[in-house]
Amino acid sequence: MSTKQVMMFKVNVTDRIKITPKISVLTLLASLGAGMVTIGIIFLLSGVNPLFAFYKIFSGSFGSFYGIKETITKAIPLILIGGGLAMAFRAKFWNIGAESQLLMGAISGTWVGLSWGPHLPAVVIVPLMFLAGFAGGALWGVIPAILKIKYAINEVISTLMMNYICAEFMIFLIVGPWKGKTKFGFPYTDDLPATAILGLLPGSRIHYVTLLLAIISAILLAIVLYKTRFGYEVRVIGENPEAGRYAGINFFKTTLIIMAISGGMAGLAGVGEAAGIHHYLSYPDSISSGYGYTAIIVAWLAKLNPLFVIVSGLFFAGILVGGDAIQISLGLPAATVEIFNGTLLVFLIMGDFFLKHKVRLVWSKPNQT
Amino acid sequence: MKKIEHLEMVDISKAFHGIPANDQIRISVRSGEILGLLGENGAGKTTLMNILYGLYQPDSGDININGKPVKIRSPLESIQLGIGMVHQHFMLVQNHTAGENIALGYKQTPFFFPQKKVNDRIVHFSRKFNFVIDPQKKVWQLSAGEQQRIEIIKALFNGAELLILDEPTSVLTPQEIKDLFVILQKMKAEGHLIILISHKLDEIMELCDRVTVLSKGKVTGNAETKKVDKKTLARMMIGRDVIFNIEKEEMPKSKEVLEVNHLCVVGDKGHPMVKDISFNIFQNEIFGIAGVSGNGQRELVEAITGLRKSDTGSVHINGQNITNVSPRVAYDSGISHVPEERIKFGIAPGLYLYENAILKQHHLEKYTKNKFLTYKNIKEHTSHLLKTFQVMAPSIHVQTKNLSGGNIQKLILGREISQAPSLLVASHPTYGLDVGATEYLRKQLLKRRREGGAVLLVSEDLEEIFELCDRIAVIFQGEFMGILDAQDSRLADIGMMMTGSTRIESTL
Repeated sequence: MSTKQVMMFKVNVTDRIKITPKISVLTLLASLGAGMVTIGIIFLLSGVNPLFAFYKIFSGSFGSFYGIKETITKAIPLILIGGGLAMAFRAKFWNIGAESQLLMGAISGTWVGLSWGPHLPAVVIVPLMFLAGFAGGALWGVIPAILKIKYAINEVISTLMMNYICAEFMIFLIVGPWKGKTKFGFPYTDDLPATAILGLLPGSRIHYVTLLLAIISAILLAIVLYKTRFGYEVRVIGENPEAGRYAGINFFKTTLIIMAISGGMAGLAGVGEAAGIHHYLSYPDSISSGYGYTAIIVAWLAKLNPLFVIVSGLFFAGILVGGDAIQISLGLPAATVEIFNGTLLVFLIMGDFFLKHKVRLVWSKPNQT
Repeated sequence: MKKIEHLEMVDISKAFHGIPANDQIRISVRSGEILGLLGENGAGKTTLMNILYGLYQPDSGDININGKPVKIRSPLESIQLGIGMVHQHFMLVQNHTAGENIALGYKQTPFFFPQKKVNDRIVHFSRKFNFVIDPQKKVWQLSAGEQQRIEIIKALFNGAELLILDEPTSVLTPQEIKDLFVILQKMKAEGHLIILISHKLDEIMELCDRVTVLSKGKVTGNAETKKVDKKTLARMMIGRDVIFNIEKEEMPKSKEVLEVNHLCVVGDKGHPMVKDISFNIFQNEIFGIAGVSGNGQRELVEAITGLRKSDTGSVHINGQNITNVSPRVAYDSGISHVPEERIKFGIAPGLYLYENAILKQHHLEKYTKNKFLTYKNIKEHTSHLLKTFQVMAPSIHVQTKNLSGGNIQKLILGREISQAPSLLVASHPTYGLDVGATEYLRKQLLKRRREGGAVLLVSEDLEEIFELCDRIAVIFQGEFMGILDAQDSRLADIGMMMTGSTRIESTL
């Protein structure tokens, strides 16, 4: 046997026994920081001064009156969807289908608006549209839940695939039966009647009814999750489904309700986008621009707490708006924002690992034989 | 390839977290011999064999092959030395064919068209040991016996001289067991060395030449099977003669609480696991079910607590029929349950102590008002539980997973007892706990008995069974081998009953 003296190190990973709020905040800041540095390197590689880029992002989103208004506008769907996703992820139901749950909400809300809007006053038609939107999103969310529980079909696949189904369905509607008579052959539906269009804060695109709805529902969801028996059962199932079964919790019923809420929240966001911003249905990617995916990161950044989703929703809305700003001012490609978001998510998830584990490098001599 | 003529393990010791699993163990086996390794679950058999197979490193002790010491640092090295192991749970890729599974891990498998070469050799081995295997069949289509043969062939492909079989008969039908024994006898005649891990006396007596008995990590006996009877082996396995040493007050037999009638339950794999079991439990009584785990205890308990549907038969509590009700109805009818594998079933590890302290009770009126949890009551209840049941925790605001096993178990027991259930079902309640926690939990069970509760205690620990129980049932392969009063002298044969060798007419 040869006896080479090589210093070796191994990585020693142990569970962190006590997670204090201080450590939570520090890991959050550290992972955001590390993510920013990485993004900075990417900026550098594409020939942009990262500090200037970050300054532009900030000034474009939070640093100007116009920026703030736009940020709040984009935060509305993110808060709504993020709150619903936080609930689903708490129950360990990996809902990747918020994008199409939003579209379903937009479709059913628009349908109600177009059909009954002309005959009803705003105070009746607007709530009806939100109800319909919630129902549409909820229906679209419940289907994968049933598939998972009854037939053990992985929800990541089914929710993702349903995004494509819904997008194609929507295109079918706008080029086919719902194609507007007043749109000169463009693949849009007709405009919603005036009573069905959501009011805006003067000088902005903020449809305040939806904003109010987003904040109220975030608070309500937090109360449901932390104060009610139902929320308790959701958290037990998410932590340990076996313990849930042992405790007599009805897994089927709980998961259905959770996915109805999660899909329904996205549906509300869809109504907001359709009736507050666009006023008619057009191609799926112009109605949503990926809110359903961005909201996944929003929910994680909020540590799956619906209340914190308000803050993280604003944060990511800022990145979206700031991203648009640097695309214009620095001539960066449209994918910049997606790279930005993806990189941050990776670092947030890594941060979670370091939050839950202690990692040490241990230097060791080779074993003596 | 070196041939193994003789292998010995000398003074092997191995501890996990300070608890010895193997203590100065010696075994030896030579070519053309089948060695039985007998012992209850947790006796250290599997640990010892995992050391031989290179999965664990011993803390001390030597392994000698043909008199020369060897180091086995990994399964790869052990395979190179000619050692093969067939695990209790087969390590096969279900969606691949038998041939592909064998080719995987076989060094000489060619990169292109591996099946061809492998299939030829499979046919060769099948002829040699006279069994049939279709290499084209997918693993999931095969019976347990056929899968086991694939595992054996895998070991032989890699040139195994010494074959270790861990509880090989536990998943087989009687006919498959016979076939396996024929194969093993043939291999023995070919000069192979075989080590058979088992807790079944009958198969050890039938198949093995010699037997080494382990109990609680130590060798408690060595014998040639021709010169020993089952009774002596059973005694070696339990480690001592059965002593009656009960310090609990006499309790008058009173009202019947639980009645189980001709219950049959099917297990996860679709086999019958509980076969026509009937018994009853009275107030002020602890009813024990002794037996090696995996003999239907889990399925029986799950059927009583509502976690599993039974096939036929009935369960009544206080005269009320609760056959196949949901866990919640079973709980509300008065059945509390301290589950086995406490972390897996008994708690939500990431939730706070006070949230786990009401698991299963959270729907009761004192903890839920108008769909909202009443955290004030819950926290008071938790503080009270911690005090009453001596749960050591920094506060009720810690995640439950940070508590030690003993403290988690005290919390679960406290939670389950605090509602004064008619029947407390406790599965292996002291498994893996230290002496202090064990004693405390046992005292709590006795206290429950004194206060008028009925207790169903499932345990592998005979000491615990004898110390606590009023009546004892011994379970083997889903059947009661007898229900005896704790004073019954025939309990001296409990080892024989646990291994299915003796069936005793129930006294009660």
